[in-house]
Amino acid sequence: MDQGSAAGSGGTFISLSDTEQRCYSGLYALCQPDSSGKPAAGKVAELFRASQLPAETLHQVTEACGAKRLGYFGCGQFYVALKLMAAAQAGLPVRLESIAGELPLPVFVGITNELEMHYPNQPLTNESQSHILGSVAGSAPRPPADRPVLRHPDTSMDKQEAWSPPQSPGISPPRSPSAYRSYPYGAQRNGTDTLLAYDAKVPGRPSIPQENSSPSYYSVKLQPEQPVITRVASVERLVERVEVDYSDDPWRITEEQREYYTNQFRSLQPDLSALIMGTVAKNFFTKSKLPIPELSHIWELSDVDKDGALTFTEFCTAFHLIVARKNGYPLPETLPATLRPGFVEAGVVTAPPSEATLPLIVFDENMMPGANQLKILFGSVDLQVTSRPGVTAKQEARDESRKPEFSPKRIPEPHEKPIQHVSTLKPDSPQELDANMKSRTRPRSYSSTSIDDAMKKVEEPPTPPPRPQKTHSRASSLDLNKLFQQSGQGSRPSQHSLSAKSGWLPPPPALPPRPPATQIFSFLPGSEKSSQKAVQQPNFADFSKFREEQESSVRGLSTEDLTPPKSESTVVHQGHAPQKPVRRKLHPESQSATPPSATPYSAATLTKSSQRPPPKQKREIQMAIRKNRETNAVLTRLNSELQQQLKVVHRERVTLESQLELLRPVAST
Amino acid sequence: FIRFVVLINYPLYIRSVPTQGELKFHYTVHTSLDVVEEKISGVGKALADQRELYLGLLYPTEDYKVYGYVTNSKVKFVIVVDSSNTSLRDNEIRSMFRKLHNSFTDVMCNPFYNPGDPIQSKAFDSIVSTMMVQAC
Repeated sequence: MDQGSAAGSGGTFISLSDTEQRCYSGLYALCQPDSSGKPAAGKVAELFRASQLPAETLHQVTEACGAKRLGYFGCGQFYVALKLMAAAQAGLPVRLESIAGELPLPVFVGITNELEMHYPNQPLTNESQSHILGSVAGSAPRPPADRPVLRHPDTSMDKQEAWSPPQSPGISPPRSPSAYRSYPYGAQRNGTDTLLAYDAKVPGRPSIPQENSSPSYYSVKLQPEQPVITRVASVERLVERVEVDYSDDPWRITEEQREYYTNQFRSLQPDLSALIMGTVAKNFFTKSKLPIPELSHIWELSDVDKDGALTFTEFCTAFHLIVARKNGYPLPETLPATLRPGFVEAGVVTAPPSEATLPLIVFDENMMPGANQLKILFGSVDLQVTSRPGVTAKQEARDESRKPEFSPKRIPEPHEKPIQHVSTLKPDSPQELDANMKSRTRPRSYSSTSIDDAMKKVEEPPTPPPRPQKTHSRASSLDLNKLFQQSGQGSRPSQHSLSAKSGWLPPPPALPPRPPATQIFSFLPGSEKSSQKAVQQPNFADFSKFREEQESSVRGLSTEDLTPPKSESTVVHQGHAPQKPVRRKLHPESQSATPPSATPYSAATLTKSSQRPPPKQKREIQMAIRKNRETNAVLTRLNSELQQQLKVVHRERVTLESQLELLRPVAST
Repeated sequence: FIRFVVLINYPLYIRSVPTQGELKFHYTVHTSLDVVEEKISGVGKALADQRELYLGLLYPTEDYKVYGYVTNSKVKFVIVVDSSNTSLRDNEIRSMFRKLHNSFTDVMCNPFYNPGDPIQSKAFDSIVSTMMVQAC
């Protein structure tokens, strides 16, 4: 907003920004050889003429600022006049109201302007420079609608500063051509700009930017010999002020940066032609730890289509701005031309610099453009991507070639260079390069998806391990199974597996319906032809007991039952202590039951078998085997279910036990 | 002079040319809010779809005219202009409101902008500056 002091003597309250103040004071110093404080009329007139405004405008300005009244340009009038001229140059009506707001600095052809430069200082041509200076200083909000003029200076400034750092040696020739050079870049050059540029070239009066309004510079004025001196001065200045810069414009994205941005984009959004949503981008850019207003400004600059989402180019732009800001470059007011999305496309048409090709390649890959273009782009990019030193060398070479050749030839130059690249590449089997690039880029595009797939696949396996088999390792079941399979009915493997998994928790199948067990019980006693059956019977008996116990334990756990048996169960492989009580009852019974029962049963079976004739025996045995097998299966399943029940019961028991423990001391005391 | 205010019951953005005498304008704007509320309360008429976004001349006082505009999200734009400034026609005011609304939407699109924050967008400022200059 408006800041700074008001210009006093004119009686009008015009607020000046700091930059404007500085500029005007510089200009004032320029025009003021008079010790009395009045600027020399001649100088002032020259200055006014230098602003390139039509005569009547100048008259208006003079009138409006009140100099006519006073007869001379006092400081206040001078400032007002300058502001009015700025307004006039901006296209605003020459009225005092126009200058109440903030305006860019007035542009004076051939007059040295001192300004605060955001970017590295520029020794360059008067015209473009003054444009630049004017536009930079006008960093206060400029009415954008009618400001193509200003926009161009801005971009030209950016470009120029781009080339200015590397320019140190070869400044002299490019002075005016540099202005011209920058113009072809912008597609929106006004006629006025070019006119002014030509004006600049013609008189060959460079303007020197200054940080301090040292009169010495000012004294070197609009003479043709000025260029030499100014060049020298500007070179010095440039040398002083050149920041550490690559051969590239800080606002131009190198291909390394582009690659990095591409990867970052992919991390947010695998599809390069898609958009990153605003919130996603916000979270991402917030990580850069820039203050929110700056991020907001960056967003405004980069979201060109104002859709609340970032396309790939917009994303690159935003990222680049963030990078620049983090490196200390202040944010521009408008998007530098090199970062505009239009730039890239224009680059395509006009044989772009290499960096611009990379995103095109990526896009092209996705969108499958014409093969020729693809090849060319691939080729040039590949050339640069492959050899870094080669790249920088090329860039430098290009830049250096650009430096001295700031002639109109520069336009064809970018054409030539990439074309040269292409031509050199084409003999080098561009298809190979295609393949290289494709292989390089495609994996990039696919890698994310493949990684995603791989990740998905990885995720799938960690599903809970498949349910263990029905066989399990409960000690009781082991024993029982052992008893079952002592005769080796073919479930040896299961036995082994069971023994192997002795300490292994059984899978908890659904609770078995009780009836089957009873059925089994009822069934089994009916088939007692073999020793196994005999063995089974006690098991069934045990089972029934077991079941009863289980039920009883489920209903009402009695700790007495639980505590004693812990000592026992050596035979049983147990994972759970609580199973011991059940086992205890089971096992003693089984152990006690089976031996005594086994013997009578075996005796019985033996006697029975001895009684039966052989063929019947065979058939019976076979039937018995079959039945036993079925029974086995059923019992196994039952066992597992019972184990599950046992677990549940055990849990309950534990809880009750703990409660009891809590109550016990209370009861005892 | 001219004065732009964007508010949701409290000012989000105020811009005036010239910058003096703001207190009076604050008062004016706040009182105009009452009129705005009255207009948008619908009075039982056709509701949201038919409601005009542009509220027109809220009330003419002796010194200045107040124009109002409300968005669908209840963000209100108020423009106060000098009565002596007769060059501003109704359709011009409408266009100004439209531009305001558009740039406000752009501000909203910025994910870094939290609705309810004062508007600090430079783009928005520049658009308002343009309009101010045009109006003067």
